[in-house]
Formats: sequence, C-alpha cells, structure tokens
Amino acid sequence: MTHPRPHLDTSPKVSDEVRKTTCYMCACRCGINVHLKDGKVAYIEGNRDHPVNKGVLCAKGSAGIMQVNAPSRLRAPLKRTGPRGSGQFAEISWDEALELATSWLRPLRETAPEKLAFFTGRDQSQSFTGLWAQQFGTPNFAAHGGFCSVNMAAAGIYTMGGAFWEFGQPDWDHTKLFILFGVAEDHDSNPIKMGLGKIKARGARVIGVNPIRTGYNAVADDWVGITPGTDGLLILSLVHELLRAGKIDLDYLARYTNAPVLLDTDTGLFLRDADGKPLVIDRNTGLPAAFDQKSIHPDLGAIHTVDGKTHRPVFHTLAERYLDPQYAPEAVAERCGLSPNKIKRLAAEIARVAFDEAISLPIAWTDFRGERHSHMTGRPVAFHAMRGISAHANGFQTARALHMLQILLGTVETPGGFRFKPPYPKPAEAHPRPHFKTTPGQPLDGPHLGYPQGPADLCLDDNGQPARIDKAFTWDNPLSAHGLMHMVISNAHAGDPYKIDTLFLYMANMAWNSSMNTAGVMQMLTDTDASGDYVIPHIIYSDAYSSEMTAYADLILPDTTYLERHDCISLLDRPISEADAAADAIRWPVITPDRDVRGFQSVLIDLAHRLKFPAFTNADGGAKYQDYADYIVTHERKPGIGPLAGWRGDGSQTGRGAPNPEQLQRYIDNGGFFVSHIPETASYYKPWNMAYQDWAVGMGLMDQPTPYLFQLYVEPLRQFQRAAEGHGAHQPPEHLRPQIRERLDPLPIWYASADSDCAEYPVHALTQRPMAMYHSWGSQNAWLRQIHGHNPLYIPTKLWQQHGFQDGDWARVTSPHSSITVPVAHMAALNENTVWTWNAIGKRKGAWALKPDAPEATKGFLLNHLIAELLPPKGDGLRWSNSDPITGQAAWFDLRVRIERTAPPTEAHPSFPPLTSPVGTGPKDPK
Amino acid sequence: MTTLPPKTAKKLGLVIDLDTCVGCHACVISCKGWNTENYGAPLSDQDAYGTPSGTFLNRVHSYEVQPPEAAPAQLVHFPKSCLHCDDAPCVTVCPTGASYKRAEDGIVLVNETACIGCGLCAWACPYGAREMDAAAKVMKKCTLCVDRIYNENLPEEDRQPACVRTCPAGARHFGDLGDPDSAVSQLAAARGGFDLMPELGTAPVNKYLPPRPKDQLDHPQTAEQIDILAPYLAPVANSPKGFLGWLDKTLERL
Repeated sequence: MTHPRPHLDTSPKVSDEVRKTTCYMCACRCGINVHLKDGKVAYIEGNRDHPVNKGVLCAKGSAGIMQVNAPSRLRAPLKRTGPRGSGQFAEISWDEALELATSWLRPLRETAPEKLAFFTGRDQSQSFTGLWAQQFGTPNFAAHGGFCSVNMAAAGIYTMGGAFWEFGQPDWDHTKLFILFGVAEDHDSNPIKMGLGKIKARGARVIGVNPIRTGYNAVADDWVGITPGTDGLLILSLVHELLRAGKIDLDYLARYTNAPVLLDTDTGLFLRDADGKPLVIDRNTGLPAAFDQKSIHPDLGAIHTVDGKTHRPVFHTLAERYLDPQYAPEAVAERCGLSPNKIKRLAAEIARVAFDEAISLPIAWTDFRGERHSHMTGRPVAFHAMRGISAHANGFQTARALHMLQILLGTVETPGGFRFKPPYPKPAEAHPRPHFKTTPGQPLDGPHLGYPQGPADLCLDDNGQPARIDKAFTWDNPLSAHGLMHMVISNAHAGDPYKIDTLFLYMANMAWNSSMNTAGVMQMLTDTDASGDYVIPHIIYSDAYSSEMTAYADLILPDTTYLERHDCISLLDRPISEADAAADAIRWPVITPDRDVRGFQSVLIDLAHRLKFPAFTNADGGAKYQDYADYIVTHERKPGIGPLAGWRGDGSQTGRGAPNPEQLQRYIDNGGFFVSHIPETASYYKPWNMAYQDWAVGMGLMDQPTPYLFQLYVEPLRQFQRAAEGHGAHQPPEHLRPQIRERLDPLPIWYASADSDCAEYPVHALTQRPMAMYHSWGSQNAWLRQIHGHNPLYIPTKLWQQHGFQDGDWARVTSPHSSITVPVAHMAALNENTVWTWNAIGKRKGAWALKPDAPEATKGFLLNHLIAELLPPKGDGLRWSNSDPITGQAAWFDLRVRIERTAPPTEAHPSFPPLTSPVGTGPKDPK
Repeated sequence: MTTLPPKTAKKLGLVIDLDTCVGCHACVISCKGWNTENYGAPLSDQDAYGTPSGTFLNRVHSYEVQPPEAAPAQLVHFPKSCLHCDDAPCVTVCPTGASYKRAEDGIVLVNETACIGCGLCAWACPYGAREMDAAAKVMKKCTLCVDRIYNENLPEEDRQPACVRTCPAGARHFGDLGDPDSAVSQLAAARGGFDLMPELGTAPVNKYLPPRPKDQLDHPQTAEQIDILAPYLAPVANSPKGFLGWLDKTLERL
C-alpha cells in the first residue's frame, strides 16, 4: 500500500526569543540558551560560545525547564505555625518576614554577633555572602566545602597553589595518559565528558582508579578497582617505584619546587635568609642563595654544613621516606585490593608515557629567575581526582600524595599535564588567614576563611577555646579552610563551644541528605530545653524549593529559581576560567517569577540595609546597593576591582577599572559571560612564567608578580608538628598531641582511614551522585526522576553469592551507628568488599511536592542514617569526630557496614512521619 | 501493509560510540525537551510526581559484561533509539500508512494524523524503539530531528539532531551513511561500526562503534607484559644511599 506522504514543515519556528544565561542545575556553570515561547521557557540547550561547555549540555541542564516549573517551588515567605519539623506554615508578606528576621538579628549583632551562625550550603556567591557575614560581625560563616571536598582544595592550595576542577584542568589537547582517582560522575560534569571524548578520539589512554566501575570509569581503558580509603597507599607505592627507577623530573624539581630547599636539621623548618626567603644551594657557586635569586641553579643534592651541623635539602628526606620498602607494591597490594603486578604495570605505564613520549612546544618564555627558555617541555600524563579520595579521614594526605606524584613527574603546569585556571595558581601564603575577632555592633576583623601558616593563625579565644561554632581552625582540625558546616547543628545543640541564638542556612538540605546522623539532626533541630524553648532558638532558611529542611525552619525566605535571578560567577569566588583564559559570567532574570519570591542575595542586601552594615550603607544612611544586580556592578573589593572583570570603566577595560553601569547589559549582549585570553607565551609554567605573572597583575588577580615554589614539603604542617612536640607559645591540648604529631606530617603519609572494627563491619559502603542529578534538587525533577527514581544498594558478586541474594531481595545494613533496610541489586564491576548506592535519591514523605507513594519515599533510602558525625567510643573517654584530623572534612566514605539478607518490608527503613507540605503535592501532568 | 521505498537517496542516521558513551543521559533529556515542543504530540508524562512514567524517544541502557578470561567485569552504556532501518518492519506492518520511510533521506517517521494507535509497529520493531504516548494515544519514535536538520530558522551548525548537538562526550555522530565518503561512514569503517542484531535482516542505518579492548593492566599474560614494561622500573639504586649517589651523578650530567 503506497500512501501520499504528508506535508512536513521541516523549518518550523523554534521559539520567539533566545536568552543566554548560566545553568545552575549543578555546580558546573555551563552557558545555556533559554528558548522562550509566549514568555515561558520552552527549551534549553548549551551555548556554543561558552568557555565551559562549548554548546553541549548534560541531562540536568536540559531538564532545567522541569526545575523552573517544579511544583515544589516555594511561593511566598513562610512563618512556622505548627511545631518545628511538622511542615506547618502560614504565608506572610516580605515586609513581615524581613522585619521578623531583623528583630532576631539586630540584638545579636549589637550584643553577641557570634550567636548568629550563617552557613550557605551550595552557594555560588561566597565572596558576597562572606562579606555579609563579616559585616554582621559573626565568626560563624562558611559554605559547604567542609562536608564536600575541602581536602582536595586545601591539599592542592598548600602543595601547589590550586587543585582540580575550578582550580585547574587536564591539558586535554596534549595529554596521552589520563588517570582519574575517585571521580564519581560529577565534579566537574561537562568538561570532563568533553575532555574524555576529545582524548579518546585521538587515542590517548584513560585509567580509572575507583572501587566502582560506572560512568567515566566504565569508559576508562583500564580500571583499578581499589579498596576505598587506600588510594594514598597506592599513590605512595607508585612514587616508590618511580623514585627507585629514577623516573622523576630532576630538572623540574630543582627549578620549580622546594625539593632543593634546605631543612634546618634541628627544627625541620626551612633555612631562610635575612629576608625570610627559603635557601637553596646554587650549583653555580656551591653557596646558599634565596630560592628566587636571579640566575641561580638550585641543587637538589647539595648539603650545607654550618657550625658542624649538616642541613639537607627536602629532596633527601623525601627520597629516603618513599624508597622505604614499606611502600613497595608487594607491601601495599593486599591492603589496596590489587595485585603487586598491577601496581608495577601502572607505575611503568606512567613512566613510559612521561619519559618516552615527552612533548615539547616551540613557545619561548622567561622564568622568574630571568632565564629564557626556547621551548615548553611536557610529560603528558594528566591526573584528576575528586571526593572519592578526599572524603576520608586520610583524604588531605592522600590528595597531597597525588599532587606530589604529579610534581615528581613534572606534569603540573607543563604541556600534557595539569594546568591551572585563573585566578589560580595562587599559593597558600597569598590567601587570607582566618579571622574571628568579634566586636558587638561592628564587622569582623577580616575574612572568615583562609589558610593558616602555623598555630598562631588558629581561631582560638584567649582561653584556647574554639572561637567558631563549627570549631574550624582549632587543634582538632587546624587547616579547616572551608569550615565545618556538618558540625554546626550538633555543636549548636550541645552548646559546645557555646550556645547560639539564630541558625541561618541557605541551600543546604541539612535535615536530610546533607547531614550525617540524619535522624539525630532532626532531633537536635526540634529539641527543647527545660523551659520548653527550642535548644536552637531561631532557624531561618532560604531555598527555592520545599525540601526536608524547610520543615525545620521558623522563617522561610523563598529564593527564586536560577532563571529568575541575578548572579555573578566571579573571579573573586569560584570562577569559570579555562587554562587559556580568565572567564566569568552572570545569571539574569530571563523569566519573571510568578510567585512572591526574591533572589536570596537581594534579600541579604535588604537585611544588610535594615541592620545598617557599614559596607552596605551610604554616608547619608541610605542603602548603598538597591539589590544584588546593583551590587554586582558597583561593588569594589579594592579600587577598580569588582565582582565582574569584563567591560569595566568605559567598557573597554578588563580586570581593573571603575564600575560601569552598562556592565550587565554588556554581559547579556555577549551571551552572559566574559573571556579574556592568556597570551600564548604565558600559557604554561604559570607560577614561574613572568609573562603570566605580569598578565595576572594587569587583570587584577594579584597586585604584583608573586612567583613561588611548589611545596612538596609543607612547612606550616611542620609548624603544627613542632607545637605538638612542645615548641612555641601555642600548645595543643594533651589529648591531641599524638594526632598532630602523626597526622600533620609535612610530607605525604598514608594511614588507615576507617577504624571501625573490621571483623564486625567488613564491608565498605559508598555513595555517588548520578550524572543526571545534582543532590536533592535534581532528584525531584519530573524528567530526571524517571531516569534515577530508584536506588538499590549495589552488591558485588562475592557478597551476593555469599549471602544468597536473589533479584528483588532486600538487605539489612548495619553500621556501628545505626541500621537500614533497603532493596539490593547485583553488580559485578565493583570492588569485592564494597557496596554502594546513588546519593540523595531517597526522600522523606511530604517533601519536594512528591506524592507519599513516590518510589523515592517508599523504596528510596540514604546511607546518611548509617554515618555519625562522631566515631564510636574508643574507650579513652573521648569522642573523636568522623572527619579528617587536618581539615575537618567529613569522612563520608570511611563508612563500614555488615549486610544480611532480610524479608522484604513494605517500605525502606528507617521511615519518618510525613511532613506537611507547604506547597501541596505536584499535579499528575508536569506542565 | 505499507510499502518501503525501493531505495533512498540518502541514509541519514547516527553513529554511536560505545567506547566513549559515559551513560550520562544528556541525549535522553535533550531529545525529550526538543520533541516535547516540536514534531507532533508532546512527549507526555504520567503521574510525574508520584510513580512516574513517560514517553522517551531515546533511552540509555547499561549492561554489565563479564569477559571470558579472568579480567574485570565491564559496564557498557547503550543508548538506543530508532535505527531507521532500510528494511523497517515497523513500516511494512502499519495498517494505515502512518508509519513510513522517507525516500529522500531514509528517515522513518509516523504521520500522527494517520496513526490509529494500534501499536503493531512497536510489536514489529525488534529493538523496542517505539513508544505509544499514553496521553496522545499515538506512536512516538525518533524523527532524527527532521524538524532540526533542515530547519532554516536554526544556524547551520545547529542543523543536527538534538541528541548529537548536546552529547558532552561527543559519542554521537550524525550524517549520511549511504555515502561511503561521509565522515560518519569513514568513522564507522575505521572503528568497526556494527549493525544491531544484523541477523534479523532489518538493515539498520544507525551504526554502533564497539568499545576498544580494555584492561591491558590485567592481561592474563602477566609475565610477558611486565617484561615489556620492566625496563621502565629498572632500579637505579637499591637503597636510599645508593639513590643519592645516583642523584649526584645524574645532576652532574644535567
């Protein structure tokens, strides 16, 4: 049967208008084209011109339309009417809401600013929210880095002035061997996928080190299915093999690292000249010289004898440590769950590519000692790592070990290796140190967060007690550069180190998937004291959506969705630069809210004015900024330097220049972003390349050239160790001396991370975030939840058979803290002692406008219930926190469990009473 | 019964690289977004905030593969949509002529105004690539974004299927597989592009590129492999003292 073919319009109109802004469906910050029809969002695609995603877009980004239309969107300010945690609220006006907030906050600012704890979760405006908190005067501010990946960031900053992701990227154009450690399916999202596609297209090899073989690790040419928490041991074994074989870049180490810096044999601190500059021996003269002196050639091997004392370079200590047989593949393989031969082959492959396939680009450059080089030489092995290695109690030292491996190979900031993205590289000394000094009615004495250089920089009061509610920058975790958001609620509840009055949170689901000990946290948020008052008297929460956390607020300040707001992705904050360019971007309201909601940052500006913060108030008492958009354009951090680098002054200036009232329009006209390219001669060797240093000064990234050495040996760690050995005025409490002596080693070490009883809890349990979802915000999405609406616990073959599991079975999973009952599924491509599930799929009934019978609320579950913020008692009378002893990073992935087959219950356990939804339940039809 | 064109001028289709697909579902959602707004009835969702189900023209399945030798298990991500078969059983089975294959480019489409929602085509398709929309009661399938690839309202570089444009890993390629000189034909030839279930005689246009051999570090011929690599790990010294001696000598040569 032949039929007439229908007429088909192959050129239909696509949309009325395209507006270009920045995605916020995860933290990747891609450029998006938002197609509008009749003023409504019709379709979202990637922006081809954008430096981050170059046109592509992930599932989350394309599903943004379902986020913008989500029934869980909050509609108006809410004041709690029922008991805390019930979800019962009444709508109030913004005036009433802001007056109420002000009535709680003003007396605190005037009498005891520390009684406000302001923590901002997945904030992308920390330079602004941090300023707000400084102006309030509370020392209690941070974002979510403490429970995310501060180990990665801090280890990178202290070692080499930057880490992975927004600090830098693999050299996708030149690398020949790309090795991922502990990278789940995000962080960062599209650039990694684009890079993998790019390097695979030209035949480069990818190796994935991860207990779980999904996502990036599934497409890796080789999979190293390591036992969780042992990455550092593997890395130090690779270092052992490479050192032993002499497969290290001695020239690079001598020129660009502190390997040749002399250590004082008495103190383990650097020998320094009169100006405080670390000393090396110059091979030209054989004499000590400041590391940055012109024309010197630092000697990696030379020793220096003064007054009968022999001072040796860092490199001697390093070589002696890692050549020790304790790091031989045979000695570590079993603990890593690998064979010795596999470790050796991995080391050999790294050595082969680094040294047999070295590349050289004909780009001339001049280094900071004045030496001219005709080429840029690279050893094309690139690494990337994320939370898989850092969310352990040994994560800081493990991340340090990985950076040391890269540096020994000479692959950092060289062609084919790892490349920094402006404003990085930026060493620890160039960052602020933490500030905590409060004065009632006055701003804090400086920025909250920073990089301590020694015990004098800790946030301790005159009695040696923690100044911050999260106990960041204390002897428990001295280098907690991102704060410890995960300890705020439990510390505030315990009144340890002191009681607070108001807990003010933004965009962090702390009553659910962002907390350890979830049930305990819910209890802490609702506990009352002897007089019947809540132990935490006031809770203010801002989010765009009705989450599990909103139910625990007394006052809800409803945020807009990401398409209804102004934002800036700033070089002062977490920018979107590429290795070849500085870049920043904005969000702007491409649609108008149909609800009585306001962008959170504009609300903070309103509150700042009501509270008369100096930096937000004009001399005449009027508001300095009308809203966040006005702040983005007119705020100056230093004269001529503001949140956005593009089109400053008269529109022709970049980086430095007066505020330009047309700036936002220029960003909109350019597709929502700004890019300034780095000159080719400045493209690699950035920490030591004078062309880069000069370019960065011109951009306003620094005020003068500040070349520095990579810190294989981190002297601030040695400063803390010395304190623990009894030196200096600042002394740790006795019970922490051994921990500081052992863990804050200035050279990378490995120690067993989880100390749960292995026999009783023999199985490692992990989570990872699916590529198609971002936390609980993504898992409510009508399209995305059809992809990942279920999260079984994946069980490896050995355990599956050992327990006699069958399809459709359930398991009881028990940790030292608690137990859960959950559905299971078999997975073969998995470390044989590891189980895992997707993160943040499980939902509490009543949250997110989902129906009570939604699979996320009946079969979905969280591992969070199994993880406590404190380790089980060790019998020493103390309770130790479940975190890294150096940075305080939450050790999510140290979880150990036992599993047993159990009769299927009707629902996953534990289950909690349904919340009353302040926004009702979503419709059957999403549109 | 509906007839197929004896020959098509072009064979437009996709080449999907299973070595590179990370299973991110970007193509799935981009397809859902475009095709909800464009060709024919929207792709509906049922009980979107309860126990949801919806229409998708493209889905990604994941399969575990256990190699025969003692190598680690692998996970393969497998995106699947209509393969625009030359000998498309979904067309020939259609009682109304709603399902048809275009003579000019080989795209298999459903004329929704003629579709009676009988579902025969979905039964006939051995790949499970068609989905009945529960709201519109018409059969939905991949159109290869026929309303994008010729669309003069789009910039020329965007005239490709939404799934291809969005794929972050670059695992999806679009072009004329009837032209042996096209980039997609060349890619398929170079990488051993294969037909899905060729024994069924459907002659699919879309090609899949197989994953490259994996896990060389686990290759069973351990001794042989380590011998090749062993020189890279030949020790320069066997003790820290010896190492420092080697260092001195090496530094003198630098």
